[in-house]
Amino acid sequence: MSILLDSSTRVIVQGITGREGTFHAGQMLEMGTKVVGGTSPGKGGSMHLGVPVFNTVADAVKASGANASGIFVPPPFAADAIMEAAAGGITLIVCITEGIPIQEMIKVKEYLRGYPATRLIGANCPGLITPGVGKIGIIPQRITSAGPVGLVSRSGTLTYEVASALTASGLGQSTIVGIGGDPVLGLTFKDVVELFEKDEATTHLVVIGEIGGSDEERAAELLALGTRLRTVAFISGRTAPEGKRMGHAGAIISGNRGTAKSKEEAFRKAGVAVADTTDQIVGLLR
Amino acid sequence: MKLLEYQAKEVLASLGIPIPPGRVARTPDEAAKACAELGPVAVKAQVPVGGRGKAGGIKLVKSPDEARQAAAQIIGMDIKGFKVPLVYCEATLEIDREVYLGFTVDRDARNNILMLSAKGGMEIEQVAEESPESIARLHPNPWRGPLDFELNQLAFEAGLGELARPLTALIKKLYRAIPELDAVTAEINPLVITKQGEVIAGDAKLETDENAAWRHKDLEERYGSVLEGDPYEVEAKKRGLTYVSLDGDIGIIGNGAGLCMSTLDLVQRAGGRAANFCDIGGGAKAEVVENALAVILMNPRVKGVLMNVFGGITRGDEVAKGLVTARDNLKMKLPLVVRMSGTNEEEGRAILKRNGIEPGASAWEAAQKIVELTKAPV
Repeated sequence: MSILLDSSTRVIVQGITGREGTFHAGQMLEMGTKVVGGTSPGKGGSMHLGVPVFNTVADAVKASGANASGIFVPPPFAADAIMEAAAGGITLIVCITEGIPIQEMIKVKEYLRGYPATRLIGANCPGLITPGVGKIGIIPQRITSAGPVGLVSRSGTLTYEVASALTASGLGQSTIVGIGGDPVLGLTFKDVVELFEKDEATTHLVVIGEIGGSDEERAAELLALGTRLRTVAFISGRTAPEGKRMGHAGAIISGNRGTAKSKEEAFRKAGVAVADTTDQIVGLLR
Repeated sequence: MKLLEYQAKEVLASLGIPIPPGRVARTPDEAAKACAELGPVAVKAQVPVGGRGKAGGIKLVKSPDEARQAAAQIIGMDIKGFKVPLVYCEATLEIDREVYLGFTVDRDARNNILMLSAKGGMEIEQVAEESPESIARLHPNPWRGPLDFELNQLAFEAGLGELARPLTALIKKLYRAIPELDAVTAEINPLVITKQGEVIAGDAKLETDENAAWRHKDLEERYGSVLEGDPYEVEAKKRGLTYVSLDGDIGIIGNGAGLCMSTLDLVQRAGGRAANFCDIGGGAKAEVVENALAVILMNPRVKGVLMNVFGGITRGDEVAKGLVTARDNLKMKLPLVVRMSGTNEEEGRAILKRNGIEPGASAWEAAQKIVELTKAPV
């Protein structure tokens, strides 16, 4: 079993004919993901990578029965693409695009209130992968293997690093979810931890947070209420100075809020092991 | 982009918010002239950080001579790491009361938050800590903005009911900065109620969203060049790199923000200090690596460079070849430690070793190695 993505998930790729969309849709197909189509306005009716292309998400859903979407469109169009997916009936939206203006994401979040069954992951994220089943996004399948560890992270390459270490030590993963590095995003740590908690196939959990905001603290509060998952947390950005944006728009410390220290303390208080370096994660998880 | 006070006030004025008369002065003589025109003025350092008053960056003067002296002291002064490029001379107001007005992005609510408080003139963080109930808050619907009754309610909640009408009108003007300019934070503190009953912005802070800079090129053109930024950050921006200057002596290159941040942490843990944060993003292409190295080597404090790359789809041998070429093109002599992982990592490491670059087996080992190499006497 897994969370969010299983063998019944039927995926479309918005922006499938673009450079990024083409490459990653190809990777998704290669690992066996059920990619049932894609969208590219004006190219409806054609085939690309062996799957049908539609003009709109509504058309794609109608013709293919898709219930999930991966978005690979440029930043000026990405917020609209998310809303189009929701309105078209998609219930799992994964937006990979980096650089969406924050005010547009705020509007998207308000818009999605009208679609309570719809879940958004990202934007500015690597997406998710259920090893052996499929992926939506850009996480390299080669570094993953199926198993009992749930992994949720705000970062891309750091996630790959940890997934790779888990795989090398024989600890497979149920699902890996990259929630993204933006300040206003879809699913939070807490949301994903709740899903893992309900997934019987997941017995272990790794949370990779970073400075900025208080989503890690919210997840720690949830874990403090009791969990069956053996959990390890890691926070990057311990040495980041206040007021400097560390690559991710969300990774910024303002005042006492959002520091690595406050997040690590929250996890420790919840009884969660905190790794000082990513190298320690595997050892702490065993 | 963080605007300076005078820039933020220009923007507020363009939205219809009253501001006091003021002049920008780049020299003491210009400050004297401004005072001659405006009468008694506050001579204020223009820096993109708070706390300039306490740092001696604001002086009240009555005569042009005093203005000249004040400006001579303030221009060029260092305030929290920023060299003051110019001062803003602004006519003083006859203050009856001061209130706080601002908005920012409330990350927890995933929405903008408008805040109004009768306790103006103080740091809002302090007010929030000491008397959170004195700050009235509103999360406006982002599609339509705040409604009149919501703002009226906000004014009464803040204990400013008698000013509800002028405040409602003014907040609606300030809110325009969100849809029209992609502002993420604005603050008018204090918002001054004068003895004559006017409502005027006494100070102003405004920050716009970097992700939306492409649709506000005019702002960047008009205001972007005033502040002499960190020279390495300026150069990095030109080369399209995500780079932040820090105060240590070990240059850092990583791919991905999280990985790069954790590399800084490892260097500190190993007893060293990072000179920068530099995220070269996914592909780690040779050209990007060369640009990153070039910017890092501009900094004379740098004694060595640590590169931490995880190649998901990128192949290690390609990264290694690109890195060797970049180093040779730049004639780099300083120690270089590379931790590389992912596809073809063995081949990649072999290439590095053949070319005299230290490969680290793990990120932690690589961090220890670069700290050791940069500490050893030359």
